[in-house]
Amino acid sequence: MIEEQSIIKVGMADLNVGSQDSLIRTTGLGSCVGLTLFDPGKKLAGMAHVMLPSSDIAREGQLNIAKFADTAVPELLSRLLALGAVRSRIVAKMAGGSQMFAFAGGNDTMRIGPRNVESCKLALESLRIPLIAEDTGGNFGRTIEIACSTGMLHIRSVQKGTKEI
Amino acid sequence: MELFKNFKDFKMDVLKEVGNIGAGNAATALSQLLNKPIDMAVPKVQLLSFEEITDKVGGAEELVYAVFLRVEGEAPGNLFFILTPDAAISLLNRIAGIEILPDQELGEMEFSALSEIGNILAGSYLSSLADFTSLSMYPTVPALAMDMAGAILGYGLLQFGQMGDDALLIDTTFLEGQNEIEGQFFLIPDPESFPKIFKALGVPFDND
Repeated sequence: MIEEQSIIKVGMADLNVGSQDSLIRTTGLGSCVGLTLFDPGKKLAGMAHVMLPSSDIAREGQLNIAKFADTAVPELLSRLLALGAVRSRIVAKMAGGSQMFAFAGGNDTMRIGPRNVESCKLALESLRIPLIAEDTGGNFGRTIEIACSTGMLHIRSVQKGTKEI
Repeated sequence: MELFKNFKDFKMDVLKEVGNIGAGNAATALSQLLNKPIDMAVPKVQLLSFEEITDKVGGAEELVYAVFLRVEGEAPGNLFFILTPDAAISLLNRIAGIEILPDQELGEMEFSALSEIGNILAGSYLSSLADFTSLSMYPTVPALAMDMAGAILGYGLLQFGQMGDDALLIDTTFLEGQNEIEGQFFLIPDPESFPKIFKALGVPFDND
């Protein structure tokens, strides 16, 4: 019997969690980073579509915590813990953070992809969550999907085909 | 978003006119390159969520060709010229005389030709805007990408990401013949540019 799999969509600057047979997907990651957390014991996973490295630069009135690496990662962790995940088992994977356009003498904005990756790593380190796999950098977009049952991260790109990490 | 909360209809109309003048010139340039009449849809000025912006080009995963130019000067922003793969191939064929076989991948020469076409169109778009507003606006060297629309357009939204979850964009669709879509222009001015554009056009920005 084929299990019905439900797909949970995560938009840009958004985050969500899922369990059991669901898949969590975010499409068209460019310089944004798709960060996932997974508890293999409880088969719980979460994904954040991180757009910017740090909430320090935010000028908005009400902060969207899913948008920034430094706020999205702790929020995703607490959402998983609230569902009953065991903290010590949680592992992270991530993909994205590319430099979509190359310019000579590019300014800081041009380097936003690599900075998003660095910032996600710092956030994981400070929460002592191991990063067990990543597919970051390059100059192409990615669509990613994590299976909540296995923690397998499926990555699709136009130029490099598909891979799983 | 705070910045746009008080945008009155007439301000949207001013921005629409800004798009109209820029795109009008670009359409003329394209029509000269193709030696064919090019129609242009009335520009739309919309405040859209990030998700809605990628929906406008068929969804975040849709494959597109995009020429991206960063606009520098007094009213900085991002300018995208977006083509479907079919439109890109048809443009290459008709403007540069390059034949592309089905399933053939585009090489360096094709990319370079597309980027030059984008450069010409964006240049005429911007120079007419600069004339109209008397603001200095000049494009960087164009960069071309063929990728998922979400990954490409996401890049143009970073400045807005610092302020909220919406961006204001001015978009125009070019059409040729039987509604065959030739391309879409997206001008995404940086948030800081709006007061300058309005001031240059004599529209009061404060106390709406």
